[in-house]
Amino acid sequence: MPPVPDHLFKTLADPTRRAIFERLIRNGEQTVRELTDCSGVSQPAVSKHLKVLKRARLVRPRAEGRSVHYSAKPQGLAPLIDWMSLYGAFWRDRFDLLETLLKRMDK
Amino acid sequence: MTELATRSIVIERLMPHPPEKIWRALTETQLIGEWLMKNDFKPVVGHKFNFRSKPMPHWNGVTDCEVLTIEPHERLAYTWNNSGDEAANGLKTVVTWTLTPVSGGTRVRMEQSGFRPEDSFAYEGAGGGWPHIVAGLERVAGGLN
Repeated sequence: MPPVPDHLFKTLADPTRRAIFERLIRNGEQTVRELTDCSGVSQPAVSKHLKVLKRARLVRPRAEGRSVHYSAKPQGLAPLIDWMSLYGAFWRDRFDLLETLLKRMDK
Repeated sequence: MTELATRSIVIERLMPHPPEKIWRALTETQLIGEWLMKNDFKPVVGHKFNFRSKPMPHWNGVTDCEVLTIEPHERLAYTWNNSGDEAANGLKTVVTWTLTPVSGGTRVRMEQSGFRPEDSFAYEGAGGGWPHIVAGLERVAGGLN
């Protein structure tokens, strides 16, 4: 069992932070101000959430003039998807080995 | 934590072998070792045993198990938990095998239930997070290369 992507779980466990990420996925690039207007929390709080999302490689900032635009990086979710599919893959491999064994038992 | 928050893995496969033979492969220590992992399994309800494989980073390689159900040629269930230092926050799952005779062989069904990713969540007000993320993942996975 590979390491559980704890940082991703923690990052996405916060509903406000998850809402920001989902909004970026849905609507594309947004400024901190735009994100603040729809988030129901203060701008410093939004900035803090963005910092955490950035650390988890889920968003990418782009400076333009005096404002920073953020966009989502959905490929940052890959470790989560790997983690979820792991046990499926594990058991499928074992099923293959079981079938090989069953064939051998005939002989 | 509600039942709804746990996830299962289900794998089903039709095998051209009788249930009696598949049962042997699922319940004889030596045979289990050939396709799954080294073990000290015994087909006795309440028997505690381990699966052992090579340790990896973040995994000691030992799975703690206890036999829950033995219904010969039909149903077998055991717990499948992390062990040692990893037991407290690790996996607490149940593996259930169901054999159903069908024409030409047996339908083999394996369900591993009780995955609780929330256990890894260091967040207050537990609940709701995981199914939500899973629902979002399908949408988002489209963006993956």
